[in-house]
Order: sequence, then structure tokens, then C-alpha cells
Amino acid sequence: MSTAEIIARCEELYEDTTFAASRAWKEAEPGRKVIGFMPVYIPEEIIHAAGMLPLGILGGGDELEVIHGDAFYQSYICRIPRSTIELGLTGRLDFVDGMLFPSICDVIRNLSGMWKLMKPGIYAKYFDVPQNYRDDIGGKYYQQEMQELRHDMEKISGRKITDEAISNSIKIYNEHRQLVRDVYALRSAEPWKVPSSEVYLLMRAGMVLPVEEHIPMMQAYIAAAQEEDRPMRDNCRVITTGAFCEQPPLNLIKSIEMSGCYVVDDDYMMVNRWLMEEVPTEGDPIKNLADAFLHHSADSSAKYSDTQEKVGQYLYDSVQKNKAEGVIFAAPSFCDPALLERPLLAAKMAENKVPHISFKYAENSGQMQPIREQTGTFADSIKLWGKEI
Amino acid sequence: MSANAQTEVIKDLSMLKQKEMIARNYDAITSAPETGQKVASTFVPGNLNELINSFGMLNNLPEINAINNGMRKQSGAMIMDAERSGHSEDVCTYVKADIGMMSKGNIAPNGKPMPAPDLLLLSYTGCFTFMKWFELLRKEYNCETVMLQVPYTGDGVVTDNMRDFVVKQLKEEVIPTLERVSGNKFDIDRLRENLARSAKAEDDLVWVLDSAKKVRSPIDAYFGGVYYIGPIFTAFRGTQDAIEYYQLLRAEIEKRMEAGLGPITPEGDMGEEKYRLVVEGPPNWTSFREFWKMFYDEGAVVVSSTYTKVGGVYDQGFRHDPENPLESLADYCLGCYTNRNMPSRVDMIENYMNDFQADGLLINSIKSCNSFSAGQLMMMNEIEKRTGKPGAFIETDLVDPRYFSAANVKNRLESYFQMVDQKRQSSRQF
Ligand code: SF4
Ligand code: SF4
Repeated sequence: MSTAEIIARCEELYEDTTFAASRAWKEAEPGRKVIGFMPVYIPEEIIHAAGMLPLGILGGGDELEVIHGDAFYQSYICRIPRSTIELGLTGRLDFVDGMLFPSICDVIRNLSGMWKLMKPGIYAKYFDVPQNYRDDIGGKYYQQEMQELRHDMEKISGRKITDEAISNSIKIYNEHRQLVRDVYALRSAEPWKVPSSEVYLLMRAGMVLPVEEHIPMMQAYIAAAQEEDRPMRDNCRVITTGAFCEQPPLNLIKSIEMSGCYVVDDDYMMVNRWLMEEVPTEGDPIKNLADAFLHHSADSSAKYSDTQEKVGQYLYDSVQKNKAEGVIFAAPSFCDPALLERPLLAAKMAENKVPHISFKYAENSGQMQPIREQTGTFADSIKLWGKEI
Repeated sequence: MSANAQTEVIKDLSMLKQKEMIARNYDAITSAPETGQKVASTFVPGNLNELINSFGMLNNLPEINAINNGMRKQSGAMIMDAERSGHSEDVCTYVKADIGMMSKGNIAPNGKPMPAPDLLLLSYTGCFTFMKWFELLRKEYNCETVMLQVPYTGDGVVTDNMRDFVVKQLKEEVIPTLERVSGNKFDIDRLRENLARSAKAEDDLVWVLDSAKKVRSPIDAYFGGVYYIGPIFTAFRGTQDAIEYYQLLRAEIEKRMEAGLGPITPEGDMGEEKYRLVVEGPPNWTSFREFWKMFYDEGAVVVSSTYTKVGGVYDQGFRHDPENPLESLADYCLGCYTNRNMPSRVDMIENYMNDFQADGLLINSIKSCNSFSAGQLMMMNEIEKRTGKPGAFIETDLVDPRYFSAANVKNRLESYFQMVDQKRQSSRQF
């Protein structure tokens, strides 16, 4: 299969706000269940081990008309909760058997309770994670939270979730995470062969497909992309960051690239890469997932940095690892975690002489011209003056 | 006349007492470099005042400094300074007022500079912003820091796992850090004594808040309420001063009740009580007086509010418990209003509407605060549906004067009061 064919399929999945592929998976066998989740991270293995489909919900994008959702939110709140409410109220999520709202910010936190009020018969849970990274404190707490989740998933699926089943799911997700890392590594090595919009669509497909389908899709993409003969441009290498929750429109992602930037790292759909190393498949699987979360997980603005030195270090590490020449802070309007942390990250970049710019977007932003001009000027200035700007 | 004169004198006593307590506390903070007392910066909801005091340390609350600057009309310039230095216009203005205050020398209301804190104690309850605010402060002060993560009660209950997690952090992270910074060993008996004093003051506070159940309420539980919660929410919980303050206050309110008086306002006793309201959301501080006047001029009294529960939900029965000191601190942190899930918040407001015989719910939605504000429109619909009473929605901000439009708020309130009248008339007809 060519990259074009694979990406065409991904784009079809991306544009479908009725989640037909996930519905089809559910209908294929009686008794199948689907659990929706929002950014930034949940342990999908626990859902998977119960034989259920974890379904990543990332708002409604720029195609969904938000009619009801706006009546629930003031103008100064970001867009993803309103379009998610819209998905909920228009029957688009009527096949979903439960919803998880991870610990990321107060908006998603409150949305968990709104979901309970809006859909009293449907399981809705705020899923908390530790901000204390000691095994005997945060780890212990988190293991118990996962046990409670496991118990709830057993109830919804009607299946006992054995340790063995979770370890098996960890194995599958390890493979998945490795492939995700491979795609990112390939893009960083040869960005002209792997456009960011393609990586984005490929990762989005993973939000709605079962992991067993997404794995071969990524394998096929990697193989096809390596074969592809695409011209290398004189683009500069940048990292985009701040878009870990509400998603920018696809056109925005394309615009950054078209304006002369190769995106060599990003923070879209962090759930795919949250656990950064292989999770052991021997021993207590819940403990293994907790250890991975505490000691080998990605960083983001939704997390507490327990020392000053760690603030923004993940971003600077990525700059170095991916040989990025600049950072683009792209955050949704009104996004508390991203915008509160931005001055700290910008300071870290400034200290290390990494050029950076910032702008805000909404999932339905329509005007790309100003952003294209801004990123284009940024790319030009990097090419002209490098680190001097 | 004599009752009035008496209440005037008694009112002055509690207000004077509070004023004097605050002034003394600011003096203690600003003179810490000379006295050698150590200062912890910590946030209001879920603050560990009894514990901090048990180590002989002082507590400095950045939100309170922001409110002070808001009321003294200084926050606007501070916020703009912070925005000019790269802080987004979209984020909480308490954070920006605090950062702007630093750049202006961190001057306390007594005109003296605040010392840099010796400890940043992030008791992170009910709001994600605290976490990043704290990281921003740490960058400025570069001092010892410790965090207390308080899990959100997403399912409306406090589980053993949540409580154990908080207690464990207190034992193994917070207390050892306080010992190190203060140079004093943890003394559980001292903590117990503080907690016992807290519970005593809490009893009287609840009595005061409950007095608004009387039709012809003797208090305003929002505008007046922010003064009443002052000591218990801030640096005085667990002190003898707080006990005395609440005894004075209670005696004053008892007198008002006996005399059949309504709430005291900045312009004296309030006239006829025409509307009884429940208010959700924090007040605006930059135009606090003007905002309040829009209510009392119309005969509207706030009989219950949720803002007066952000620093502890005592009216639902919680008391600090000297018998179980750390567990009780954990329960206190876990139970604060903004750490409760949306269905619990709606239930609480519904109960207030019924118990306080309110005519309606007014939501003052704060642009800064997603913790409070995200979901408030749904809350209003729920309350209207459950109680049949009208709701109204206004939008302002905490300490950013750019987001307080007096004309809009006044118009909205006036039409709301008309709506309440109409609703009353139509319910009388049927
Ligand atoms: S976009 Fe930001 S503020 Fe909005 S829900 Fe997501 S993390 Fe929260
Ligand atoms: S967001 Fe709300 S709760 Fe959090 S610091 Fe600001 S005002 Fe306080």
C-alpha cells in the first residue's frame, strides 16, 4: 500500500464525526463495549484487557457545527469541551459505554461531572493520576486508582480482568508504542519523506481503531514512506508544543509545514507515547504500569515538575535530540495548562538560545494566513540568523 | 435608635478586631527578616494553617494579596505588567496580579516589602492553576518547596485511598519539610490544640452563616460573607484570635436578629429585604463596593453562597478534629467546595435554595477561574429545573478591572429582579 492510500483511509477516519469505524468494531461481535477517553493519558491496557475498545475523543474538529455545546460554556472557555458536549448530545457517542476524563485541567475535570449530570445512566469517571512520583506515596495511590478502574471495567465488560490479560495487553501496547516512536524517529531523520500532516492523521487513526489494526497500519506506513521519493526542501527544523489537548485544524498543521518548517517533534495525542520505555510484561502488571508512569513517562504542562531544573527540560531534550532549530508554542485559546506554563518554557528556550514564537488557535480556526505568515517569517529568520534571533 | 446605636458599636468591634488581626499578621510577615520567623507561601483552599502554625511559622497567601491589591485598585497595572512580560491574557488574574506585584517590589498593605518566602507549600486543592502558579513562584524565589496533592473527588465521595494518599504526603513530605525549614520538631500536641481551637471557631462561623435562614436575614452571606470567612480561611484558623473574632461576630448577629435588623452594608443597615438570593462563584474585587451596592439598593440580600465554602465546607458538618489530626486535615482539603464534583455542587446549591428559602440563583461567572466557571451554565439549568426558581448569569473577573462592566452587570441584575417579581406573581396566581 502507498502512503497516499494509507493516509486517505486515515483522513476518512479523521473526518468522520460519527465514529463509524469504532461502531463497526462494536457491532461485529455481540457483547463488545467501547470506552471513550479524553486527553492526555489513560492506561488503555486496562480497557483492552477487558476486551473493550479504548476510543480517544479529541473534540469535534473544524467540521462539526457546535449548536448545543455553546449553550453550556462561556466565551472564555476553550472549544474542546463544547464540541465534546455536542458529540454527546447529538447521538454521535451513543454507542459509547463509558467515558474517562483524565486529570489534565479543571475544564475536563468539570466535564466529568457534567457528563454525569447529562447522561445519568452512563459510566463517567474522572481518572486521577499522581503528581507525587515516589513509589511508596504517588505509586501506591496510583496503583489503587488503577485497581478501581480495573474493577469498573470488569463491571462494564462483564469479564474478569486477570493479571495475565493486562500483561498481554501491555505487550501489545509496547509494540504499538515502539511503532509510534519509530514513526516519529523516521520523521525526525527524514522529515521530507514523512510530512507532519501524515504523521498526525496516522496517529489520529489510532484513536478510533483497535490497536491490532493500528499496528499493521503504522508498519505499512513506515515501509511505504521509506520507499517514497519526495523532494528535500530547504526547510528549518521546528518543534510544535502546547497542542496536547484541543487539536488544531489539519489545515493549521499543513500551513506550518508549507510555510517552510519541518516539524520534527510535537505533542499531539500524547497517549500514544506517554510511557516512553517498554513496560515489563513479567510480574504485577498494575505495578509495572505505575512504575512506568512515575519514572518513564512523558512530560507535559498537565504534570507537576518537582524540581525547578526539570521545568521545560523535556522540551529542551527534544530540541537537542531532534536537532530542532526553533520551537513553536501553539496552544488552544484559553488553555490553562499550556498557557500558564508557556512563560516558563519560553524562558527555558531563551536561556538555551532556542528561537521560539507563539500563537493560539481553536479547533475551528479558519484563518490560516496570519499563522502561515508568522511561521514563515520565523522559518526565514532561523535560516538567515540561526540562533542569533 | 438605641438598638441601632448598639449594633453599630458591636459591629465595629468585630470589624476592628479583624482589621487589627490582619495588620498584625502583615507586620509579622514583613518583619520576619528581623524576628527570624519563617514564612510559608501557600494557597487558601485546603491551607494547612494549623500545621504551619504548629511549627511557629507564618503563612502568606498569594490570593489574599491579589484580593488586597484588587480592592485597592492596584491589580490592573500589575496584571498588565505580567502580560507585558509574557503571561497570557487568558489565564487566571490572581496569578498575574501576584507576579506583577513581585515586579513592583512585593509591597504589603503596611507599606513594607514582603520577604521572600522560606517555603512554598503547594497544597493543591480544587484547582490546576495552583500547580503552575507554584512553579512560576518557585522560579522567582528558588526556595524550598513541597507539594501536597489533594485528589479531586470526581465521584462525589472521599475514598480511603484518597485520604491515605494525603495523610502519607503529610507525614512523609510536608511535615519533614516544615521541620527542616522551621528548625522545629513536629509537635502533634501543638497541632491538636490548634485544631481544637479551629473547631470552636468553626462552630460559631456556621451559626453565623445559618442565621441567614431567618426571613429578614441579619447577614449578607456573600458580600458580608467574605468578611466573615476572612479569619477562618486565612492565617488565623487555629488561633485564639479567630475564636474571639467569631464570638464577637456571633454576638453582633444575635443582636441584629433580636432587633429584627437586616444585614449591615457599607452605607448602614439594609432596608427592606425584597429578594433572597443564592450566589455561586467568587465576587469581583476591583469594584466590590459598587457591585454590592447594586444588590442592597434593590433590596436583594444574598442568603447563601458557594464562594464562602472554598476554604472549607463547615456548614455540611465538617470540623477539624484534634483526635484525628492528620486525617482531619486530609478530609478538610478533600472537602473544599471546588474539590467537589459538579453533581455535588449542584446538590449543595439546591439545598441552599430550599433551606434558605431563596427566590433565585445568581451566578457570577469569573473569567479567570475555570475551576469554578466551567460548567456553571449547566448548573444553572439544573437548579432552575429542580427548584422552579429563576437563575441569572453575569460575567466578571476577580481582580482585572477590564472585565467588570458596571452598566452591563446592573442591567442584567435589574432585569433579573423583574423576572423574580414576575415569577412570584405568577406562582401566587396559580
Ligand atoms: S484545551 Fe486546555 S483548558 Fe481546554 S480542556 Fe484541554 S487542557 Fe483543558
Ligand atoms: S483558577 Fe480559580 S481557584 Fe484557581 S487560582 Fe485562579 S481563582 Fe483560584
